[in-house]
Amino acid sequence: MNVPAPNSTAPKLTGAEKIDVTITAIVPLNDLVTRFEFKRSDGSLFPTFSGGAHTVVEMQDGDRKRLNPYSLMSDPANRETFAISVRRDDEGRGGSLFMHNKVKIGDPMVISYPVNLFSLDLRARKHLFIAGGIGITPFLAQIKQLVRTNGNWELHYSCRNASLGSYVDELTQKYPHSVHIHYDDEKDFIDLENLLHGQPIGTHLYVCGPKGMIEWVRSTAGAAGWPTAHIHYEEFLAPKPGKPFAVRLAKSGVTVKVGAHESLLEAIERLGVEAPYLCRGGACGQCETDVIESDGAFMHRDHWLEDEEKALGVKIMPCVSRFEGKTLVLDR
Amino acid sequence: MNIQFNDETFRDDYSFKNSQRAIDRFPFPFHEDSYMYSVNMEQHQGGPVDSVYEKRFDVDEHYVSEMRDREMVLADDPLRCQSLPHMTLAGWDLLELIMVSKSEDYPELFELHREGANWHWINKPLGIDDRFVFMDDTTLPYGPMEYITRQTQGDFCVLDQREENLWMDAGIVTTQADWSLDFDIGMNFFEWHAPVPLAHEKGIFKRALKFLLNIQQGAPARRLNWTMTVNPLLDTSPENYHKWGVQKMSLTPQNLAEKQYLRVELQTFFRLPRSNALVFPIRCYLMSFKDIVSKPKWGRRLHRVVRDIPEELATYKGFIDNRPMMLEFLSRYDDGLPTSFGVWPDSHTEPALIESTS
Ligand code: HEM
Ligand code: FES
Repeated sequence: MNVPAPNSTAPKLTGAEKIDVTITAIVPLNDLVTRFEFKRSDGSLFPTFSGGAHTVVEMQDGDRKRLNPYSLMSDPANRETFAISVRRDDEGRGGSLFMHNKVKIGDPMVISYPVNLFSLDLRARKHLFIAGGIGITPFLAQIKQLVRTNGNWELHYSCRNASLGSYVDELTQKYPHSVHIHYDDEKDFIDLENLLHGQPIGTHLYVCGPKGMIEWVRSTAGAAGWPTAHIHYEEFLAPKPGKPFAVRLAKSGVTVKVGAHESLLEAIERLGVEAPYLCRGGACGQCETDVIESDGAFMHRDHWLEDEEKALGVKIMPCVSRFEGKTLVLDR
Repeated sequence: MNIQFNDETFRDDYSFKNSQRAIDRFPFPFHEDSYMYSVNMEQHQGGPVDSVYEKRFDVDEHYVSEMRDREMVLADDPLRCQSLPHMTLAGWDLLELIMVSKSEDYPELFELHREGANWHWINKPLGIDDRFVFMDDTTLPYGPMEYITRQTQGDFCVLDQREENLWMDAGIVTTQADWSLDFDIGMNFFEWHAPVPLAHEKGIFKRALKFLLNIQQGAPARRLNWTMTVNPLLDTSPENYHKWGVQKMSLTPQNLAEKQYLRVELQTFFRLPRSNALVFPIRCYLMSFKDIVSKPKWGRRLHRVVRDIPEELATYKGFIDNRPMMLEFLSRYDDGLPTSFGVWPDSHTEPALIESTS
């Protein structure tokens, strides 16, 4: 390791810089989605960010610490308040339930600096946004950014029904010509093929929503000849529960049992072993870990590793992926 | 810190010089007695008091003269500063980053007063006092990147991030070690690094890119790079090779101590907030061999590095022909004693040179 200025420390890889915040507003939007607003606890201003960025929210739930990423949906130029919108997931591992049920106005929390894995391509002549459900959140910030810089954009937003359409009213009132809402229960679906066909050259396509929607948009655009560099998507995977398994961390010389409801990354952190991460959702590549030995099956769930790498079983992304079998030894 | 700005030149009569303070804080790049390319990156969150690592953008005694030299280069060749249309937002990000950093880090030299979008910028060393509207290009005499980098030492590459790569889509480059912005504009990380020997094979660029793509707001990073330059010349560009290339042949054993410079680049990396672009400032520090050997540890070490460096690197860095002459000089400052680990001169602990009798 080459160290130009030896008295300073090596780059911190375990997540982005942290910010102490206080919850200043909790606004239920409908049965499932609630908005949480933060201000900095020391009264100073937040950094500006770029539309599409997320923050990782630390939740101290009893003796468990959860870290979940949420898209920043507030105006990127608003440096006083950051806001996220959280959809309650009754089947999930509890992060969203913690936010919905336990967090109160005035609570101190810790969030990370903004990290953008879904940024606008500023060369685009036009930005075409496709949102499904809670996938609307990154677009809310991107739209505010584009409105300020006179950007050309159009949004197609698909929701289950009118009562679950978060931010529909605000969007349609402010931007009646750019926003198109589609309700599943009215059998009103996005006519994607025609929509893509009518776009000017230089349009970039962005999609955020459920897995199925992302795949549908990517494959339809691909089949219509859109260059992959013009198709942008963001899907944060929440780690899924699974069977408990044991893993040996070779460098640290410890063995850890990964519980059914915790991720491999969380289990490693629980032992106090430093492990790199950024997105905690299988998208950024930061947590990539070498497998030294394995006898069993990998449940690879990330978007990072190539299919061949997954098949070889020599790398794992501990933020979302799991393992079932006899032995797993990691280079950590 | 009260900085006395030098009145000096980096061309023609080369009146450039380093004060004792500048010599003491020179970013000597070798932490051990040998050198090879590596992914040598660390956080850029301050450093020892008065070192070049302390502030986000180091301002030193050469500031005013360096800016004058940049103005001359740009007047001769406007293509040294280019920004593709989609990079204007990143230019504003950079202007904000530099103005905020400099006014906070050097309040006696720079002031920034902001009322909403109405900004008032005072640069005392350069005698600038401008009011403008943030994000309104028409209120500045140049584009935002050019405006602020005409007032900031070092070259700047502004990289757009997309498709898991970085693209050199804007920059101002007047103090470079033999590469051209006009040639590299629009290229990606692997394309502009193509001429570098050995590093691709070692996987260095793949790992470096991965690191850079993940640099986050509020967590800048830095690394050092170095080369050799004859005469204290800032603009060693391919465009002007016909002017400076021949000067390499003017080196003689008699003038080498004063004419041969070690050129060190302090390279930093900042994520820009609105554009999500990455800015890469490359700050150049020059020091003559004569001044380097005034620190016994640095003299010993430089001799060993220059002696043992692989031929490919000496060729790429352009000093292979002059290496024997350099070694002849440097060997007089290497008595074979061991050196301490790390880049600092350790002037108080490192033994003085044992003069050889032969
Ligand atoms: C995005 C930021 C960067 C930019 C814009 C940049 C740009 C350049 C350019 C223009 C050159 C000259 C190539 C030529 O001969 O034409 C160069 C050389 C080089 N770069 Fe980078 N670079 C960046 C980051 C890095 C990083 C992170 C590393 C880390 C390993 C690195 C390693 C090198 C090396 C080893 C050389 C050869 C330098 C020498 O021997 O003098 N670069 N770079
Ligand atoms: S932390 Fe981003 S992929 Fe695992």
